[in-house]
Amino acid sequence: MSDSLTADTIRTSGHNADEIEIYLARPQTPGPRGGVVVIHHLPGYDRSTKEIVRHFAELGYDAAMPNLYSREGFDSSPDDAAAAARAKGGVPDEQLIGDVAASAAYLRALDSSNGKVGVIGYCSGGRQAVLSACNVGLDAAVDCYGAFVTGTPPEGFPLKVTNLVDQLPNLKCPLLGLFGNDDSYPSPAQVDELEQILSDLGKPHQFHRYDGAGHAFFSVDRPAYRPEAAVDGWEQIENFYKTNLGG
Amino acid sequence: MCTYATITTSLAGSAKGPESAWFKVTDGTVYFDHPVHNMAADHTLNIDFTNPEKGPGARVAVELTAASARELAAAIEAALASAPAALTAA
Repeated sequence: MSDSLTADTIRTSGHNADEIEIYLARPQTPGPRGGVVVIHHLPGYDRSTKEIVRHFAELGYDAAMPNLYSREGFDSSPDDAAAAARAKGGVPDEQLIGDVAASAAYLRALDSSNGKVGVIGYCSGGRQAVLSACNVGLDAAVDCYGAFVTGTPPEGFPLKVTNLVDQLPNLKCPLLGLFGNDDSYPSPAQVDELEQILSDLGKPHQFHRYDGAGHAFFSVDRPAYRPEAAVDGWEQIENFYKTNLGG
Repeated sequence: MCTYATITTSLAGSAKGPESAWFKVTDGTVYFDHPVHNMAADHTLNIDFTNPEKGPGARVAVELTAASARELAAAIEAALASAPAALTAA
């Protein structure tokens, strides 16, 4: 397997035909191969998440990360754009779904595509990955410690985040969930609830939970990084996508 | 976790930077969430002093540990309390 890849920022139409930018990383080898849409965390379209996009290209996938804060302007630094979007109330679910759908369509239109596209999201993006999997035609979804898939946001939340329990019957693809047992959002009880709901609905899923790890254990540049959980988590993702995306 | 929690407020003031230029501040955003730069903690108290009319780049950002944020809040109150009431009425 070659580790040669290219990475670039392209622009395309997202939700509501808005122009959005997408960070795209692609293996230099010929296809056909699957694609992965990466949903960045609340702090934005940042360097660490772009590294994750390139990681997927190194694993053999065409990988695309839409800048969910594209509407704040393309000349803004990622942290400034994230701050501006946050002050406005965050990314509406409908807009997120549209941007992910556009990213998936972009990947499927590549001449290297085998037609299969998965999604993965971290932190707030974990919830958004599940949301996408309930509303967009995708072939596999990975939720990395997304809060409020189940559970109820505390009262007085200025950002209008709802749980996704009523949408789970529409889950259209297998779901891989990766969680830290020391996390509070989602708590182990909320992960239990999600697992039970998916089992009751007969939705294919596999969950892995890690002792000694809390929220954001994949984040190599943060105190929350837990190498043992992260290494195993990457292996789970690799196997899951190989099975579902033909990687 | 991404706390999502965000408190916004109108402000009347000025701030310095980016590029060492002063700008008029019209808005403040306060939230306790993942930092961009202060990796002393997984979560920090973040304050953005902004002027949305000038775009996302018109922002002075600070990320404080919870303890130092409380010290700052107390220091602000103490400074205001130390001045004659007539000067701090507005």
